[in-house]
Amino acid sequence: MQMRDFVVRFAGEGGQGVVTSAEGLAQASTQVGYHALTYATFPSQIMGGPTWTQARISDEPILSAGDDVDVLVAFNREAYETHASEVREGGVIIYNSDDKEFENFAPTDGSKSFGLPIDELARSTGNNRSANMVVMGALAHLVNMPQEYLDDFVDERFSRGRSNDAEIISSNKQAMSLGRNHTSDSGLTLGDLAPPKKPENKQLMIKGNDALCLGAVAAGLNFYIGYPISPATTILIWMERNLVGPGKFAYQVSSEIESITGLLGGGFAGRKAMTATAGPGFSLMSEGLGLAWMSEIPLVVVDVQRGGPATGLPTKTEQSDLFSCMYPAHGDVKLPVIAVGTVEEAFQGAIWALNWAERYQGPVILMTEMAIAERVQNIAKPDLSEFKIENRKVYEGNNGYHRYEGFELSPMPIPGGPGAYVANGSEHDEMGDTTHLPERHIQMTERRFSKLKLLEDGFYESENTDSSIAVMSWGGSKGPSQEAYAQLREQGMDISWYYTMFLNPLPPQLLEELRNKDLVIVPELNYQGQFSSILRSENVKAKSITQYTGLPFKVRHLVQKISEMAQASEKATVKS
Amino acid sequence: MSKKNPEYDFKWCPGCGDFGVRRALEFAMIDRLEETGLPIENNVVVAGIGCSGNLVHLLEGSQPYGFHGIHGRSLPISMGVKMGRPDLNVVVVAGDGDFLSIGGEHIAPQAARNLNICAVVMDNGVYGLTKGQSSPTTKLGVVTSSTPFGKMENEADPLELYLTMGVSFIASGFSGNPRQLAGLIKEGMNHQGFSMVHVQSPCVTYNDTYELLKGKPKEGIEPLVWDIPEDHKPNDKAAAYNLIQKRGLPIGVIYKDESRPSLDQRIEDIWGKAKEQTPQQLIDAYEF
Repeated sequence: MQMRDFVVRFAGEGGQGVVTSAEGLAQASTQVGYHALTYATFPSQIMGGPTWTQARISDEPILSAGDDVDVLVAFNREAYETHASEVREGGVIIYNSDDKEFENFAPTDGSKSFGLPIDELARSTGNNRSANMVVMGALAHLVNMPQEYLDDFVDERFSRGRSNDAEIISSNKQAMSLGRNHTSDSGLTLGDLAPPKKPENKQLMIKGNDALCLGAVAAGLNFYIGYPISPATTILIWMERNLVGPGKFAYQVSSEIESITGLLGGGFAGRKAMTATAGPGFSLMSEGLGLAWMSEIPLVVVDVQRGGPATGLPTKTEQSDLFSCMYPAHGDVKLPVIAVGTVEEAFQGAIWALNWAERYQGPVILMTEMAIAERVQNIAKPDLSEFKIENRKVYEGNNGYHRYEGFELSPMPIPGGPGAYVANGSEHDEMGDTTHLPERHIQMTERRFSKLKLLEDGFYESENTDSSIAVMSWGGSKGPSQEAYAQLREQGMDISWYYTMFLNPLPPQLLEELRNKDLVIVPELNYQGQFSSILRSENVKAKSITQYTGLPFKVRHLVQKISEMAQASEKATVKS
Repeated sequence: MSKKNPEYDFKWCPGCGDFGVRRALEFAMIDRLEETGLPIENNVVVAGIGCSGNLVHLLEGSQPYGFHGIHGRSLPISMGVKMGRPDLNVVVVAGDGDFLSIGGEHIAPQAARNLNICAVVMDNGVYGLTKGQSSPTTKLGVVTSSTPFGKMENEADPLELYLTMGVSFIASGFSGNPRQLAGLIKEGMNHQGFSMVHVQSPCVTYNDTYELLKGKPKEGIEPLVWDIPEDHKPNDKAAAYNLIQKRGLPIGVIYKDESRPSLDQRIEDIWGKAKEQTPQQLIDAYEF
């Protein structure tokens, strides 16, 4: 049986190589031309704790983590018990029979489970660290992946110019063969994975948060302040390593309040400033974001969403911060929001966010989520010449300038240069002095909102736009929704597809199209149906499919839900 | 505000100590301009919330840049300005409520970083703008609008606090002597690190301490403020500590440690340890 893709879940204890196995498999597969995507949950403790990561391998670009598990690799008994039920009918479970917990173990589903003596086989090669390769050999047999692919990967990976390269390469290849042969003896197989179609473009293998960092530096980011918080910490670490040298600043401070207020100082001083945080930190930034809006300071805050509220679910995924991101502060405030849905978009979104902040001189929120932040995926290598980088208009006239004059955006004076003013969090007149006049509050409020019109250049995806019913997801639910949409179209359903990462302001043309629909179905990972609620306030007949499990949508679930909602809507239309 | 702005309607009460602090800051900035030749726009005044923070709008003559932010956050804002542009002279102006209460969490980190800014704190022992509530430096037992039966907390000793938190330059001043205060602020500005100039700046409406501070020599009442003797060694931490323990309020430079690098110097020091890469190089590293 030919297979287009397969999903392997590695489960065990933190520190057992769960993540490295999945990422190793993904790397090996992409190297020979497959597409790969990993989906990780990491344990919420430093050492040990149950953890799992899965890798989906396919001959074409991958949209979601995959509904079903084809192969489970269980490193311990607990992992076996927890995940066995998620393996699809006809799937296979490999368990490490060398783990003492599996002594005298008799799987109840006998036919599909088999014990692989991973440690012993690895040891027999003389290289204890080749356990991953034993597993990879086993997987290769299950999907009938040609040995030369794996050999190429090993050659590439371990040719490091060291004296023992040859020895290590040979032991790893031997480990793979042992895994392969052992599995072959078990008689288990899944089918034949379609041969890879090597992508034409150069590819990067990259984690969502790293892609976001690359986008930010490509846009000219030179000022980063952060505070550790899952799942945004990796951005802080990346920046501290890479944003170094004259004119650059990356620094860990003592709280998210220091992050946002430090950023305000940096943005005011002319820097392209960004921080990244998650829900709890974002809440602490509330007042500072209001100040950025009020005093018109360009800066970007990345919210890597996790389950909330309060401490919530630090290591699970959710899309429940949209209201907070759009309306983060007291008073009349509505911040520009860009929400990324894929690893590629994490790169692009960061460029757009910094460009927008510079262009309208104010704070921009860049939303991502745990499931994208930690996902490792192959993406087409971005070509920097395709991206326009924007810089704020800087005031270059004389002193005595009125920084906040009129309704239009005005060039921004930078300390050290002419045009000294007071950036003021109190309502202010055109030179930045505090005022209480009603007409001034009217003018300044309208000035701040009118600047959002400068940001209506976001693009959007659309397909089969003639239907009166549409699916429009946002953020990380894009992938599963897109897969569900494709399946429904294949089944002959007449339904439109819309998607944008620009949630505020929405591209005006998109909003116009959405307003003409009888129903816009919004899959989103929160209880309240936050995005559909915002769409309804814009006169779009939107309804959510909500989920609040801390996990991404399954495509199957969306296919069923969307069908039901579409049918109900059609019936209602016929009746009226 | 270089000239009177009819729209700006905030006023300090006649006799407010903050007038003297404003004069002192103006003197210090003008002196700096004359000495360095750097234009006044090279100064940034980051203000807290309260009567004192309004100083940023009330400066007369040539205007520095200003940032009048949110309550308690003048220090981290000043950190952003300074680290964004280490060539600028950054001064914080804040009151005891803003700086020591809601903003108290930001002092120790700046001290540890030795952020190269000068913070001028106007201490009047009361929340003036909200009409007379107790502040961290209000004395134990004092009746204010928010402590109807007397203040329940012990008063903070800001100078001792700064010293134990590791602030590398600590001066104590009095708004009644703007020339002397200007000298302290200027020395603070010139210090390569985190400098605190803590100023007694009485609130004539809710906590008038002028008489206490100046005393009534004719009636034999000793003033609270006294000049630090010239033989005091500010680089001696123990001597600084002893000075603070003495009766009344020593005026002058209490402590000064010039041996520690400032945050901007520390950042420069790591440049040699890391490899600076272009965005293209960083992207290339992920290619397979």
